[in-house]
Amino acid sequence: MGREVPQQTPPPPQQQQQQVSFTVEQLVAVNPYNPDILPDLENYVDEQVSSQTYSLDANLCLLRLYQFEPERMSTQIVARILVKALMAMPSPDFSLCLFLIPERVQMEEQFKTLIVLSHYLETGRFSQFWDEASKHRHILEAVPGFEQAIQAYAVHVLSLTYQKVPRSVLAEAINLEGLSLDKFLEHHVAASGWVLEKGHGRGQLIVLPRNEFNHPELKKTTDDGIPLEHVARIFPILG
Amino acid sequence: MAAYDYDEPSATHRQATSDAPSQEPGYDPNHVPDSVKSFVGHLYRHIREKNVYEIHQMYETSFQTLSERLFKETPWPSVDAVAHYVDNDHVFCLLYREMWFRHLYARLQPTLKQRIDSWDNYCSLFQVVLHGVVNMQLPNQWLWDMVDEFVYQFQSFCQYRAKMKNKTEQEIVLLRQFDQAWNVYGVLNFLQALVEKSAIIQILEQEKEGLEQFTATDGYDYSGGSNVLKVLGYFSMVGLLRVHCLLGDYHTGLKCLQPIDITQQGVYTSVIGSHITTIYHYGFANLMLRRYVEAIREFNKILLYIYKTKQYHQKSPQYEQILKKNEQMYALLAISLSLCPQVKLVEETVNSQLREKYGEKMIRMQRYDDEAFAIYDELFSYACPKFITPSAPSFEEPLVNYNQDAYRLQLKLFLYEVKQQQLLSGVRTFLKVYSSISLGNLAKYMEVDESKLRSILLTYKHKTHSVDTDGKTISNADVDFYMDDDLVYVVDSKPPKRYGDYFLRQIVKLEGVINELDRVKLD
Repeated sequence: MGREVPQQTPPPPQQQQQQVSFTVEQLVAVNPYNPDILPDLENYVDEQVSSQTYSLDANLCLLRLYQFEPERMSTQIVARILVKALMAMPSPDFSLCLFLIPERVQMEEQFKTLIVLSHYLETGRFSQFWDEASKHRHILEAVPGFEQAIQAYAVHVLSLTYQKVPRSVLAEAINLEGLSLDKFLEHHVAASGWVLEKGHGRGQLIVLPRNEFNHPELKKTTDDGIPLEHVARIFPILG
Repeated sequence: MAAYDYDEPSATHRQATSDAPSQEPGYDPNHVPDSVKSFVGHLYRHIREKNVYEIHQMYETSFQTLSERLFKETPWPSVDAVAHYVDNDHVFCLLYREMWFRHLYARLQPTLKQRIDSWDNYCSLFQVVLHGVVNMQLPNQWLWDMVDEFVYQFQSFCQYRAKMKNKTEQEIVLLRQFDQAWNVYGVLNFLQALVEKSAIIQILEQEKEGLEQFTATDGYDYSGGSNVLKVLGYFSMVGLLRVHCLLGDYHTGLKCLQPIDITQQGVYTSVIGSHITTIYHYGFANLMLRRYVEAIREFNKILLYIYKTKQYHQKSPQYEQILKKNEQMYALLAISLSLCPQVKLVEETVNSQLREKYGEKMIRMQRYDDEAFAIYDELFSYACPKFITPSAPSFEEPLVNYNQDAYRLQLKLFLYEVKQQQLLSGVRTFLKVYSSISLGNLAKYMEVDESKLRSILLTYKHKTHSVDTDGKTISNADVDFYMDDDLVYVVDSKPPKRYGDYFLRQIVKLEGVINELDRVKLD
């Protein structure tokens, strides 16, 4: 039943990244249910890893093809997809992928590890996360940008929660201390408008940028009015 | 249409009698009663004359009446027996067989051979629609039923095939020989081909700019063309949503539905079955994506709609199915509201129904003990779609059943999510009674240490904020807070009282009373 794949030769490696991603994305859009594109999608996962790009749609498409033909599944590729999905937090991509991976595959050691890591991230236990992650460097270090992505997620949740966060809490969440922490802060002071403040005795406080979640007064009050169609319903009566 | 359970009634006595189509004693596939002759003759004529109203009457009413009267426990006469009453019309015969199989699936247990034949019939029918010239105008109800039944039979086939343990040798031979029947690629590609070939996505786009009419005419074509491909393409988007939900691919499912604006009325609301299927799956997918507010909103709307309109469907063949989905969506609403207690999003009528059905359970679900998990488990299992494993079985001995695998996985992952949110209802309770509280005190009251509490608070923020399709953060929080160093400030979330709805309702009520009074004649 496979529909035709438009003739696509894999682009030469020196070609620009953007163009490559465009091609594979297009391939997925035109052939969402075509087993023939499986190898392209597998290559594309490796490429996302090396070029630090990400496409949930392409990866879900690949997991779908694995789901249809389990004998073609490569657990190594699946593991890479899951690491990339962790890096996409706070989006629920990790769960989206797990929904498509058979339970017996999830029982494998490397997947169990990733599931535990995801659990720590989902429940805000960053120190446990970094501890556990340090024990499995071989899985995570294979994917460039992993630490930075998790740090970005940590900063995201902290910014939803805190107006001012104690330095120690931030340090634990992003797993940095001393000089590297200073550098991290310096960067964010310059780039994201963080402000460093003296706390009440016990060290520094970091003032995180204002958003509608940590400064609720910024939230626009939604739908105070009555929608027109509700009023319209009584027009006949009023008339 | 598909009021069927995980374990379909085992009809071993039927299956054992081989694959001959005449599975019922006393059933003669070649006997055509006069009423059937007249039925097919008239239906054929109305289709040729494009009389949608009459077609709809015959399809919805006469077919049901005849089935009830003559074919309660047997199939309809075979297509070969009726063909010469309809000029051996190829397309009509395909339509007849589609109904023939649908009736068989609803009332009897299909054999494997019949499942395969029905697949072949759908292939021929869709090929004609996709590649032939079709000039019919068929009722939306019928076109919806085709897509709905197609997906249902696929789901039913996957469930059937996954029960390998008690397959006969003959069945295994057939399964191997006809491995393309109900193949998941085939199913998805047909639906996708209908969407693409109909150009429905472009039509809906152009309609927004006023260049095209589709919704305004309920999909019908009043300028002499056919509505069949367009409307089938339209409903196939809902079909794709459903198939992807059955596979556990909620993100892709929602993406397939995107061209349909579900905040508006549309062709999908013109058929009650399609309306319910769309919202049920849309809501379920959002629930699994943790977009609780979106799920609650849509469940609330459709449940209110069903509440107000179900009396008009009492005689419809879909009535039972409407009621079942209604109950399932209350269960899903109970789950959504337990994870995200935004009761203010739910209308009074829906809320009182909900309390009646699940009020007591919902109180227990707040407790997050073993019993609470058991209720989450129970409600999810009752209300979830009939998940399927799409891949073919391994025919190696020993043959094992795997029909529950997909369901178990989705259940397990869902309960895992519930567990992660375990401590949030405790936080909620405290946040509701304080305007601000120090981290230390809150930790004391919750009997956890401060660092654990910080994690719980981060979890609360993470779980109550979802990411929408554009990557934007949306708050689903019923109670919200923010922290300044070690102080937790609760956000005063008292919504401004909304009198508008109240007044509108009272105005309508008053008008009713006045009308009533006007009618009273004072002698």
